[in-house]
Amino acid sequence: MRGNRLYKTFINIGGVLILGLLLSFFITLFINSLPSIKKYGFDFITSKIWDPVFEKFGAFPFIIGTLLTSFISLIISIPFSISVSLFVAEYYENTFFSRIFETLVDLLAGIPSVIYGLWGFFYIVPIVSNIQVKLSFSPTGVSIFTASLVLSIMIIPYASSIAKEVIKLVPNDLKEAGYSFGATRYEVIKNIIFPYAKSGIFAGILLSFGRAIGETMAVTMVIGNSIQLPKNIFQPGNTIASIIANEFTEAVGKLHLSSLIELGLILFLITLIINLFANLIIKRHGFEI
Amino acid sequence: MIRKILSIIGFFLITITKLNAGVELTGAGATFPYPLYSKMFDEYYKTYGIKVNYQSIGSGGGIRQLKEKTVDFGASDAFLSDEQLKEFDGEILHIPTCLGAVVITYNLDLPKKIRFTSDLIADIYLGKITKWNDERIRKVNPGLNLPDLPITVVRRADGSGTTFVFTDYLSKVSSEWKEKVGRGTSVNWPVGIGGKGNEGVSGLVKQTKGAIGYVEFTYALQNKLPYGIIKNKSGNFIEPKVESISEAANVKLPEDMRISITDTESKNGYPISAFTYILVYSDLSKANDKMDYEKAKTIANLLWWMTHEGQKYTKSLDYAPLSKEAQKNAEKLLKKLNFNGKMLLK
Amino acid sequence: MKILKDRLFKFMVIFFALLILLPLFSIIFMIFKNGFSVINLEFLTTLPKPPGETGGGVLNGIVGTLLLVFFASLIAIPLGLIAGIFLYEYREKKIGEVLTTFVDISQGMPSIVVGIISYLWIVKKMGHFSLISGSFALSLIFLPIVAKSTKETLKMIPVYIIEASLSLGVSYPRTILKVVLPSSIGGILSGILLGISRISGETAPLLFTAFGNPFLNFNILKPVSSLPHLIFVYAISPYDNWRKYAWGCSLILVIFVSLMSFLNKLLLKKWKIKF
Repeated sequence: MRGNRLYKTFINIGGVLILGLLLSFFITLFINSLPSIKKYGFDFITSKIWDPVFEKFGAFPFIIGTLLTSFISLIISIPFSISVSLFVAEYYENTFFSRIFETLVDLLAGIPSVIYGLWGFFYIVPIVSNIQVKLSFSPTGVSIFTASLVLSIMIIPYASSIAKEVIKLVPNDLKEAGYSFGATRYEVIKNIIFPYAKSGIFAGILLSFGRAIGETMAVTMVIGNSIQLPKNIFQPGNTIASIIANEFTEAVGKLHLSSLIELGLILFLITLIINLFANLIIKRHGFEI
Repeated sequence: MIRKILSIIGFFLITITKLNAGVELTGAGATFPYPLYSKMFDEYYKTYGIKVNYQSIGSGGGIRQLKEKTVDFGASDAFLSDEQLKEFDGEILHIPTCLGAVVITYNLDLPKKIRFTSDLIADIYLGKITKWNDERIRKVNPGLNLPDLPITVVRRADGSGTTFVFTDYLSKVSSEWKEKVGRGTSVNWPVGIGGKGNEGVSGLVKQTKGAIGYVEFTYALQNKLPYGIIKNKSGNFIEPKVESISEAANVKLPEDMRISITDTESKNGYPISAFTYILVYSDLSKANDKMDYEKAKTIANLLWWMTHEGQKYTKSLDYAPLSKEAQKNAEKLLKKLNFNGKMLLK
Repeated sequence: MKILKDRLFKFMVIFFALLILLPLFSIIFMIFKNGFSVINLEFLTTLPKPPGETGGGVLNGIVGTLLLVFFASLIAIPLGLIAGIFLYEYREKKIGEVLTTFVDISQGMPSIVVGIISYLWIVKKMGHFSLISGSFALSLIFLPIVAKSTKETLKMIPVYIIEASLSLGVSYPRTILKVVLPSSIGGILSGILLGISRISGETAPLLFTAFGNPFLNFNILKPVSSLPHLIFVYAISPYDNWRKYAWGCSLILVIFVSLMSFLNKLLLKKWKIKF
């Protein structure tokens, strides 16, 4: 870096800040989880019981709830994300139509989580309740499935915006070559664009996944907040983020609070790993987002 | 340029900060009395100009924030146990403000209110009774055409005094419940989906056919939800009403007001009734760092007002006012309030 | 056969893409339908009334959100700029790459974790809930956004501009400050708008920090209300007038977010930035 010493020192503060931020997050979470880490050790992750009265805490139902809702929402969202990105970057690239569409998708991304929760609570929950009745499940309306549905809509813009950028990057001459061989659009997409862009698309999907894992407000309003392990996706459940939001301000016992913070630590680490992974893939394939 | 403007605005705002002084109180806790406190604090502000910021984060939250000294007073439907009291670095007073009740609400189309016995409620919440047309429910409700619907159990997702009162009742009437689950502001529910606050539970029940939930009486009334008639300890089926709730408190009250009146001995008392309390350090200097004599005096006056003049707002909002004896005990407790030894009320 | 597959695929892509407009329009419709009638002058300028009483408004939430965002910006924008310049200066070096990854990871941090951290760092130390702790929590989300967009925009400034300035005798720090930054203002502003739009809708980090307040509050050391918080608390309450507040707040928020998005588009167009 060029410049005088004052400048360099000043700017280096920025670096220290970034480094310090993540590190201090981890340290704070870790230190405050120590009481429950000491008490439960590794069993915390496998224990199914969450009992504030008898002071027994286990993270398993929430880890499962988090993973279930995130995976299901991801699977539901993928066809939509890819369609959106193809729509904007391929079929209608650079048209007025697609620009309006992009603006609308951005709007989808900008809607606050709590409003998704409201919408989910009033519109989606009754629909799922009817489905549950038809499948002879308890018509709670709120469930793992409901949360996954709402989540899937929320995370579409994340994957689609990255996928769209990567698809746009596919060199035109490669595509032209394909067309000159008589390939249809579909074949070009399938055999040229996808292989070229697949790591970018994958990274975008990972980012969507990371977002789904940490989502709080929308989930907590439609998931049912059960502390038992759900037996199927049409039962109510809970995620790590949701139970922290529910119980954090009220946890009276030291162990209760520490267990909630340990849950936060676990969430932090899972999100860290996923985002790191996504980032590495993007780096490896030579483009930046 | 932009930064200059921003810093000017910043300074301006911080100056307003200094101008905006005046006693403001912060309290947190129970959701049950929130409508009443909301009305009371609004009236208090209109009369005396004192701002009270009360956030209904749940009884568990009120206790915790009181302990962490982030508020001036807490509020809870649950009174503190002896062990819990030991965790505070000063004496905590339980000032009763009114009486409330937990009612069993449900989402069914029926011409009459359902009658429940204590063991029915316990077993539904234990997950042992799963359908509305179960033999045992029908036995207590002859003539009522109960549908073949599954019972969707709803309970609180957050820590709550309402839960404390309800589980306290269940622990008294069902030894299985006492052993398996116990009582607390948050418990390990065997079954059920969770709603946030009384609002969340009543919302969920309203949305789900065949749901059953427990909420504070006033919330059931506000939401126009049906609620059940419950058999009390004396064998009478009592409908929750302001009168029957007050009746439940018609028992010998201890001086520190830490009493559970669920499953009441009172003959015509509604069996799931309870006092709700404002929790406060008797020596207010211990409450938090920002406390001073002025503020402490304000709190003492506020609490006196709430237990006297404020009581006139209870009935119209469907809360039961303090009985004469409860009020007398409250006065004795309030007179203990001091700031570092200096008495606050004569 | 090939043509059939091709047509079918195109149809599916268009179908799925347009399908997402359904929930979008459903949400917008829901908010407008329920919120439109609520918004009037009283709603925007008075404080909430106790349950059961008609009238009142959400001034505490509106002012609260503005204050929270303002102070979060005061913290996050300058620090984010410095962090962004750092990432730019070291972009070729290993440390720059590593820290850029850190920033990317921070952007994906769940807001509830940010709330826990802010509670432990600020609220516990201060001894009470406050506006400043809420702003701090929001700035933790805002900062990485500003840093990243600063870096990306700076990267796009052609080297010859810097070289030209240096060859005229301007010192390097001055070049960055007076030449490069001003020309990047479009992209940086875009990042800021994005950040503001994001943090004004956040609820989770405020649950444990700003606490809420039925009164107006300008004091940074006292608790404060916010629009997302009001929505969360009032929407599922059994009182009609409170539920109406929630819808009105939702409408205000959505309009605000759309406005930010629209401004952003204008900005990108005007400065012809391609990200």
